[in-house]
Amino acid sequence: MVLTGSAPGRVARAPVSRGRLVLRRFLRKRLAVAGLVVIVVMYAVAFLAPLFSPWTYASQDPSAYLSPPGPRHWFGTTQIGGDVFVQTMHGLQRSLTIGLLVALVSTGLAALVGAAAGYFGGWTDRALMWLVDLLLVLPSFLILAILSQWLRHQGWLMFVLMLAAFLWMITARMVRGLTFSLREREFVKAARYAGEGPWRIIGRHILPNMASLLIVDATVNVGTAVLAETGLSYFGFGVQAPDVSLGTLIRDGAPFALTSPWLFLPAGLLLILGVLAVSFAGDGLRDAFDPAGGRS
Amino acid sequence: MRPAKAAWERAYSYVTGFLARRLANYVVLCLIATFLAYTLASLTFHPLDVLLSRNPPPSPATIAAKARDLHLDEPLLERYFSWLGGVLHGDFGQTIDGTPITGELGRRVGVSLRLFLLGTVIGVVVGVLAGVISAVRHYRVTDYLITVGSFVVLSTPVFLLGLLLKQGALQINFAVGSNILQFTGEKTPDFQGGFWASVGDRIQHLIVPTLTIALGQIALYSRYQRSAMLDVLGSDFLRTARAKGLTRRRALVKHGMRTALIPMATLFAFGFGTLITGGVFTENLFSWYGMGDWLVYGIGQQDTNITATVTLFVAVCVLVSGWLSDVLYSVLDPRVRV
Repeated sequence: MVLTGSAPGRVARAPVSRGRLVLRRFLRKRLAVAGLVVIVVMYAVAFLAPLFSPWTYASQDPSAYLSPPGPRHWFGTTQIGGDVFVQTMHGLQRSLTIGLLVALVSTGLAALVGAAAGYFGGWTDRALMWLVDLLLVLPSFLILAILSQWLRHQGWLMFVLMLAAFLWMITARMVRGLTFSLREREFVKAARYAGEGPWRIIGRHILPNMASLLIVDATVNVGTAVLAETGLSYFGFGVQAPDVSLGTLIRDGAPFALTSPWLFLPAGLLLILGVLAVSFAGDGLRDAFDPAGGRS
Repeated sequence: MRPAKAAWERAYSYVTGFLARRLANYVVLCLIATFLAYTLASLTFHPLDVLLSRNPPPSPATIAAKARDLHLDEPLLERYFSWLGGVLHGDFGQTIDGTPITGELGRRVGVSLRLFLLGTVIGVVVGVLAGVISAVRHYRVTDYLITVGSFVVLSTPVFLLGLLLKQGALQINFAVGSNILQFTGEKTPDFQGGFWASVGDRIQHLIVPTLTIALGQIALYSRYQRSAMLDVLGSDFLRTARAKGLTRRRALVKHGMRTALIPMATLFAFGFGTLITGGVFTENLFSWYGMGDWLVYGIGQQDTNITATVTLFVAVCVLVSGWLSDVLYSVLDPRVRV
């Protein structure tokens, strides 16, 4: 690929590093950049905006029950006078945080399990892949719903871990396949003969070589995790009151959707926009990392 | 023609052997799934809480009797195996308030399957068609519309999609001036009328929920079919098919689409899994008394038997679809038979 911005007179030019190349390819995708910007802005606003509002997500305004959007309450109020704007921002913050954490944990888990299965092979491999197959077949939504009875006393960090526990399997399989081929490469053999331990080899030589796959996977998982979280929270199986997430906001607003749509629409539209932005960013990243993808 | 026949028979027995082995594998996974659901439910549910929180508090004898009714005094493994033994004889146990599950099961399975099957058929057919059209009209307005549409649908959770469709249906009803689109329940409870009128009534109730569940499937299949079809469109064998004189349409349908359908067979099992999760939301949203609704009810009531029964149903559905996708795969792709 020729990437020239140089004057014709210059002969030698330092080779472009891979990171810069990927960054340049990514920046050329307008939709992907827009997705990334939207996500960052949403997350920042979700944290900053409530600071500028006189209300908090738990406070009530006794002079405005179920009032439509206006200058006093930007997104209107709920039946008991809660400010929908601040609640939505709080829910957005919670949903995005859970999504990001779940993606990090599940991709990390996939990398560890996949690399271990691929590198050690044999019985380790067989046992881990059996686990992957089992978890893939289990109806994860059901299991999480059943576990919600126990989860509601554990706080939302445990919820993050449980969500991640059902997201990592397919990536682990891909990592395993890549590890099989990397294991036989010269630099890994050299490290082995130099006396490095297996986990050190996995951490320093194998996983960095599939960083692109892991980054793309983590991005895509953010969207999946947000959808799963809001779905479970919608039924009361996820985030528990008094905490709010986009899912609980939509659930609480749904019965009044026909008469007071402002109760669920902001949360709903932000949810769609957020997941859409993440998936565009993920697509752009995948294309940027994939040299064969070119510019289509 | 003896050798040909022998070869065919060998291929046939290989395929049936392959499918039988997969089926056995799936049955084992089914058992594990119900076992996990049963034990997890038993360990986390507190079915006596409702009784304990009653005011005035019931006598210890009542509580002990209830616990005995629910077999809470037996060890967990024993409870599971006696439940499983009952299932093999067609008895799924009792709910907490003592009604047999088997009596309600048939009706609820019927309600759910109606939704799932219609959703799958519409989703697969429309989705594959949309994907093919999108690929053939690559980078034109149609392609962009389908692509953007499916991206938006895939980013929308089912419960939100259903909520928005409900609003839309209401607007249509206002515009038409009558309730042509119904969205509570699967039928009008006290419906009077002949056979055809009641079929009409059910269809009125069916449209919006089916659309809710089918849209997600359409979006999913169209994305994958589009990329599979694009791969095929650039392939040599399609150019050969055109070069030997097939019309564009015939080459696309007979050679292109069949090849591009192969990855869809694998996707089918996955798609059905997401459909079932979506079904839980759809039933809940439109007050259909199906299996998904039952699961939410069962968890709310802390009822292990209901939860395990629904899990078994879901596992069987997923595994049947997985097995079907194996069958489809071996039909579409001759290579797996060799």
